Parts: sequence; structure tokens; C-alpha cells
Amino acid sequence: MDKEKKDQSKLENQNLHIDDCCSKPSPLISIESICRPSEEKAQLSLPSLNQPFVVGSIQTPVGMVPQVSSSLIWKDHLGTFRARWGVGRMHYTIEPGLYALGQPDKDAPVLVTANYKMSFDCLREAMPVRDVWILVLDTKGINVWCAAGKGTFGTKELVGRIESSGLDQVVNHRRLILPQLAGPGVAAHQVKRLSGFKVVYGPIRATDVPAFLDAGLNAIPEMRCKTFTMWERVVLIPMELVGAFKPTLIILPILFLLGGFGGQEGFWANAFNYGLFAVLAFLSAIFAGAVLAPLLLPWLPGRAFSMKGLALGLVVGLILAVFRGGHLTDLSSRFEILAWIGIVPAVTAYLAMNFTGALAYGSDHALLPKDGELEKGCFFKTRTIF
Amino acid sequence: MGQLVYIKDVVTLKLDREKCTGCGMCLLVCPHTVLSLTNGSAEIENRDACMECGACAQNCPADAVTVNAGVGCATAVINAALGREGGSCC
Ligand code: SF4
Ligand code: SF4
Repeated sequence: MDKEKKDQSKLENQNLHIDDCCSKPSPLISIESICRPSEEKAQLSLPSLNQPFVVGSIQTPVGMVPQVSSSLIWKDHLGTFRARWGVGRMHYTIEPGLYALGQPDKDAPVLVTANYKMSFDCLREAMPVRDVWILVLDTKGINVWCAAGKGTFGTKELVGRIESSGLDQVVNHRRLILPQLAGPGVAAHQVKRLSGFKVVYGPIRATDVPAFLDAGLNAIPEMRCKTFTMWERVVLIPMELVGAFKPTLIILPILFLLGGFGGQEGFWANAFNYGLFAVLAFLSAIFAGAVLAPLLLPWLPGRAFSMKGLALGLVVGLILAVFRGGHLTDLSSRFEILAWIGIVPAVTAYLAMNFTGALAYGSDHALLPKDGELEKGCFFKTRTIF
Repeated sequence: MGQLVYIKDVVTLKLDREKCTGCGMCLLVCPHTVLSLTNGSAEIENRDACMECGACAQNCPADAVTVNAGVGCATAVINAALGREGGSCC
């Protein structure tokens, strides 16, 4: 914790320096000489070698750079699994700084990513038998897209990280490959001006990076526009369910007991009649919103996800009504059905809308899981959901 | 599924063709292929597909593109509607 704080304040210092004297247009040489007095220049920081996924180290002019492998160990998979289910997702970070994948030399490409471990894992897993440097920015454990939107994956952080990693001494070239989705946060021309490094925007998906490298840093159009596959939707379902779990735990017993006060018979008879139906109805709504909505997404009517959820919820509500049909004998039962036809779609629509957050809207907005990352509730314009 | 499109004609994306140098950076960063390059100048080709992420404006060296970028999500929208603090959620 302490170390993290220190790192952070160090970073802020650096940022300050950039603000102080580098915001005026000035060539790289003057930045070096004006902004970086010699004693500060020595203030390099490399990530600790003492992290579970580090397999070795590489000797560089700036020190021992932690080396990682492209094959994930079971611990990485467990971490991903836990993160998907929302366990400790907020702390799923790695130390920012420079890492070596394989045996990179002074001419090896430099890839930049976020310090959300899932982003990092996806990137290295996508590149077996490659030797590259990976520069990890401190995005506070948030994926590239969300962090870029917030500005934490931004010009300042990137420039600061290049300097604190001594990247100019580690590699001969002056080129960085950034995920395209970092665009909202990073101004390529500013980075060039401040650090001398040229930003090349790579493909959206980590899995396209090798092809991108082989094509001489050219991304074909398909790499630049994101599609949203069934599988990418499926992996988001656990997170939705976990999100709905807590309120459900509270609501279900209440529904059950409320049912008990509902009808004309004894308390328990009522609870089992109305209460159980209420519980069933509520669970159906959650199932529809958190599981069916993501799966059926492309085929649901409407543009906004809340509309899609509403439509699905109506269908589920009607099915429940038919199922309940036999009990439609008295007035209160009819009201009950009416209430549920109203409530089920609302719950479903809410969950579907929440899901939008996870994907940031629509087929080609599935920008979040692109690096295999997802961060609930990011980036899509207000007006798209209502 | 084709490209999803937002509500028509409300996108705040603006392009100043006077300033544009035709470097093509905006085309490159746009995840929705909103912009195109004709006769050495960028052009807004598919305005309604723009999601206002702000990547083009951020990366235009000539300050020729402007867009009102915003971050939102279900929680943020609801918070805003309720007048609560904390507009962003991630
Ligand atoms: S704001 Fe984003 S989506 Fe819109 S044109 Fe610019 S880069 Fe493309
Ligand atoms: S980035 Fe700016 S200068 Fe370059 S093509 Fe686009 S609008 Fe024109």
C-alpha cells in the first residue's frame, strides 16, 4: 500500500513536471535538459520481480526487467475466473512498468496496455513465441477502454511511464504500439512531442496483434471495427448474475412473506401460493435479464438495450401469466398477474440496461471485452439507453 | 448485425475542413469508421454511427475535429437522474 502511494506521488511529480515546463512546444532535447535534472533522471522504477506471474528477468541498461511468459499458469486462469464472477475484481492489478515477454532485444516492439491483469494476460497469451516489451500503465486496475475514457490511460501517464521505465535506454527505436481503443485518452502527437516516441494504434483485439506485427504494423479494417460474438456475450453473464445476486437475496424472502399476507387463506398457505409464485416470477425476470437478454441480444427488437429487455420481460411476464392462468378466479389474483406483467419487464429491462454498461452498447461496441477485459458499466452515451 | 446507429442528427461531432491537414489520424482511431478521407481532407461520412468517444478529436494534431465526448452507464445515468454525485462508475 505504502509503496503504491509512493509510486503514485512520484508519478504525480513527474506529471507536474510535464505540466510545468513541457507543455510549451519544445523539441525533445530541451525536455531532457530542462525538465529532467540529472539526479531525477536516475529515478527509474521497474516492476517488482516478485510477482507470481513473473518467470525470470532480463538484463537491460536500466536494470532487471521482469520477464513473463505467454502461457498462463493455473493461477492466472483462476484469477480470470474469479474476476469474471466479480470476486476481488477491483484489486485485480499488476505493478505498472516495463515487462519483457520472451527474450526481447533492443529492436523488439513495445506494446502498451493497462494494469488490469486480465488485459495484461490476454495480451501475452495472444503472443506465443514472440519477443516483445510490454509497457504497463497504471490505470488503477481498469481496462484500456474505460481507462481511456476516464483519462487514466492517457498522454500524461504514458509519457511519465516511458520516462520512469527508462524506455529510451532499453530500445533503439522510438515506437509504441497502443491498443486502438486507447484513442480517447491518448493524443498521439502530444506523446511524440513530449517523449519522442511515436504512437502507432494497433488492432482492437489482442489476438490480432501478431498479425498486425507481421503485416508491418498495418491493421486491416476488420481489426479496427469490433464485432460482438456470442461467446463474448456469454462470458459476461456471470458478472450480471453476481450483480443481481445480492438484491435478490433480500427481495426473495420479502416477496415470499408478503405473499403470506396476500390472500384469504392462512398465512403459510398464502405464502406458498402467492409468495412462491412471486419468487418464481422474480427469478424468471432475473434469468431473462441476465442470461436470456445477452444471449438473444441480436434478435431482440429495439435499439436501446432497455427496450430489448422490456420486450423480453413482457414475453416472460405473459408466459408467467399463462402458467398462472388456472388461479385467475378472484379479483386479487388478477391484480397480482397484472402487477407481475408490469414488474417482470421492469426488472428484466433494468438488468439488460446494466448489461449495456458491460458491453458499451451494441454489436460493434463490444469494445470492452476486446482484450478479454470487461469492466462493468462503462462508456456509452446516455441517450442510447433511453 | 450491421453497424448500430444512434438517434439521428444529435451527434456533436464537428469537422473544420479548413484546419484539416489530411493526416488521416482520426480515421485510424475511430472504432466506428465514421470518418473518411477525400481529396486530402477528412470527411464525416457516417455521422450517426459516431459514439462520441472523442478519440478523433484527441488525436487530431490540427485541432480540426471536435466532439462532445462523455462517459456514461446505467449507474451514472440513474445517479444523474437522482441528482446524486459520482457521474462515472468505473
Ligand atoms: S468520436 Fe469516436 S466514434 Fe465519433 S468519429 Fe470520433 S473517433 Fe469516431
Ligand atoms: S486527424 Fe485532424 S488533420 Fe488529420 S485528417 Fe483527421 S481531421 Fe484532418
